[in-house]
Amino acid sequence: MNDLAAPLQEEANTAFRQEVREWLAANFPSELANQDNTLATIEGNAALSPPAEKWKTAMGEKGWGTPTWPAEYGGGGLNRKQTKILQEEMAAIGAWNPIGGMGVMMLGPTLLEFASEEQKHQHIPPICRGEIRWCQGYSEPGAGSDLAALQMRAEDKGDHYLVNGQKTWTSGGQWADWCFALVRTDTRHKHEGISFVLVDMKTPGIEVRPIQLISGTSSFCETFFTDVKVPKENLVGEENRGWHIGKRLLQHERTNLSGGNRGGRSGGSLHKIALKYLDLDSAGRLVDKDLRTRITRFEMRQRAFRLTAGRVMEAVKGGAPAAASSILKNVGAEMTQERAELSLEIMGMQGLGWEGEGFTPQELMGTRSWLWGKAVSIYGGSAEIQNNVIAKRILGMEGEPG
Amino acid sequence: MAVLTEEQSLLRDMARSWAQEQSPVKAFRQLRDKGAEGWDPERWQSIAEMGWTGIVIPEEHGGADFGFLGLGLVLEETARTLTASPLAASALAASSALVLGGSAEQQARWLPGIAGGDVIATLAVDDGPRHCPEDIHCVARQVDGGWLLNGEKAFVAEGGSAELLVIAARCESGPALFLVEADNPGLTRSPRRMADARNYAALALENLKVPDAALLGKAGDPELLDAVLDRARIGAAAEMLGLATQAFETTLEYLKTRVQFDTILARFQALQHRMAKQFTEIELLRSCVESALLAIDNNDPELPLLASLAKATACDTLHLVSREMVQLHGGIGMTDEHDAGFYIKRARSLENAWGNASFHRDRYASLSGY
Ligand SMILES: Cc1cc2nc3c(=O)[nH]c(=O)nc-3n(C[C@H](O)[C@H](O)[C@H](O)COP(=O)(O)OP(=O)(O)OC[C@H]3O[C@@H](n4cnc5c(N)ncnc54)[C@H](O)[C@@H]3O)c2cc1C
Repeated sequence: MNDLAAPLQEEANTAFRQEVREWLAANFPSELANQDNTLATIEGNAALSPPAEKWKTAMGEKGWGTPTWPAEYGGGGLNRKQTKILQEEMAAIGAWNPIGGMGVMMLGPTLLEFASEEQKHQHIPPICRGEIRWCQGYSEPGAGSDLAALQMRAEDKGDHYLVNGQKTWTSGGQWADWCFALVRTDTRHKHEGISFVLVDMKTPGIEVRPIQLISGTSSFCETFFTDVKVPKENLVGEENRGWHIGKRLLQHERTNLSGGNRGGRSGGSLHKIALKYLDLDSAGRLVDKDLRTRITRFEMRQRAFRLTAGRVMEAVKGGAPAAASSILKNVGAEMTQERAELSLEIMGMQGLGWEGEGFTPQELMGTRSWLWGKAVSIYGGSAEIQNNVIAKRILGMEGEPG
Repeated sequence: MAVLTEEQSLLRDMARSWAQEQSPVKAFRQLRDKGAEGWDPERWQSIAEMGWTGIVIPEEHGGADFGFLGLGLVLEETARTLTASPLAASALAASSALVLGGSAEQQARWLPGIAGGDVIATLAVDDGPRHCPEDIHCVARQVDGGWLLNGEKAFVAEGGSAELLVIAARCESGPALFLVEADNPGLTRSPRRMADARNYAALALENLKVPDAALLGKAGDPELLDAVLDRARIGAAAEMLGLATQAFETTLEYLKTRVQFDTILARFQALQHRMAKQFTEIELLRSCVESALLAIDNNDPELPLLASLAKATACDTLHLVSREMVQLHGGIGMTDEHDAGFYIKRARSLENAWGNASFHRDRYASLSGY
């Protein structure tokens, strides 16, 4: 951009901001302000209220739920500056993005990079409109951290693959319309025998069994495949080259998770909770000095995390996810979990309610999200695996496998 | 490990095999699934038959007068398998109040029933969700021939099933402990359903009238309350030691069997160090808990200091070990089918019981004179 263009750009941005503001005023139902419920969106399948449904439709049609994706596939087609303006304007009125899930966080960006034109046209627009729920068929009982050990077999039957085997920990499997899965198309090679396929969950032979979590809900499943026919046109990229695609998707997952779990930011700042529940001395300081120090340490570290996230995002300019995604994922997970542990400590026994009388809905939700949050350092590549990535790939400390 | 007498080691072995055979985690799971009131009467019966309910109660009142180290060993072993019972509340906390503060009549009235397991008693000190014995708002006012109690008690363990409640209230001269029977018309109990699926209740005391004979010890004696609390704290620390030990062993076992990257997870040095760290912490905790238990039995003047040391160390250690248990099990540790969730939920309740780590660090500093 040269100097002469800069003021023009400035003007265009101001006009865009005005457009966004007007559009939001016309389409965002104000009663939904700040009602985004992160836990419910990841954990549950709660039906949307009529205004929320309307909001989702409007955002879906506009493409602004996936602001940076190309408009030709249903995305917003916005540049980085415009996206930032959109986010700022939404934040200002408490509007939240109703378009989400694994399709947005993981699959879409992967399809944009690797899928054929037909596949993009078939699958991306419904993701932008939030119509299709996707689940991730990666993990198996014997293949968790060692994902490439996966065994689910896909046999070549000419025009389709015949798929047999078991996936596990499939989040949202019981509600999903489609599944993106890693399957074994060659048993002789570990990594080079894996393919990336898209599976319609309504295909005969797929059976889903929900598993209850320690938080009391059943948001993930065991998924059994028995002679499931997957048409060849649902293969993404080349056969036996799926590992590379699958890993790329995991990078998107990590980048999204570090931002997506908001680094322990959801639910307002921690010291506000402390001020609500704890006694203060005459100078207005928390009486429990030990806890005060730890809350401060958390909030300062959270600030450092946000600054780092900002620095990384700036450096990659919205391009490919950087190696730093491992750092961000780990610190983000730590923030989420530390925040929950500290708010539990602030509330004492009041923070450990399970159900029934004596607790506010927020308190009960707090117990559940504390427990649910233990998962964020396990899925999407565990904290230990991220540390291995940092040590091996960034620092060159080769050693043990994994 | 403290040098145990032959009788003490026998007691520990007996508790260990009973817990593993008669009260495994599976039993707790069934109880939880039933949504029962928090403990199982049949197992309580067998606990009573083995005499564990009377371990710290004098022989003249039907107990064994066997000492707190013995009771600590039993609490540790039964907590390992998450045995849900009122042992800590009744046979330790409330019993201590009666043994330390009770008159001959009060002791004769209640201790035999507690020792035999027929009477379940509990201790209710805190008005709110965090331990704060210096700030009891529940008031006791002397009236003609007795006392009137008004206020609230929060999250009283076994509060729903106890027949006798030892309730702390503030009178003009300071704190006092009262014996309140569950059927007192001034008392309302409301159950609280907690993550650890144990029995808790909130108490409301409204013009609750008790006779003079219900006062334990002297009114306004902070030393009695402190001494009773220290015993309860050390008992909780013993339970926490059991939980941490079992959580650790379960995790270690898993790492030795779970294969990823063509090898058992136990071969990864990053995990070896994590386990070595936990093992070290648990060893330190064991020393603290045993010293504190012995300090009760020996009337050691350092008892308050050792109680805070044991409880703070228990909180930090169990916090660490219970988190590691979930994390190192991976996905399976997040499922309700696995036991890890039970341990982390119970851990947080006990971390709160009778003062968390920061309460006891602060108290340790105060007791040390700074
Ligand atoms: C709530 C939740 C939702 C999930 N959703 C999905 C989903 O939708 N789709 C899907 O496919 N999967 C999903 N997963 C599965 C998740 O990706 C796996 O749990 C994860 O990859 C870990 O695998 P594992 O559970 O088999 O643990 P394991 O791999 O057995 O690991 C156990 C422990 O050992 C550690 N470890 C393993 N290898 C090493 C090593 N080399 N060095 C050091 N430490 C190591 C791990 O970090 C972990 O702490 C979900 C998991 C959870 C908890």
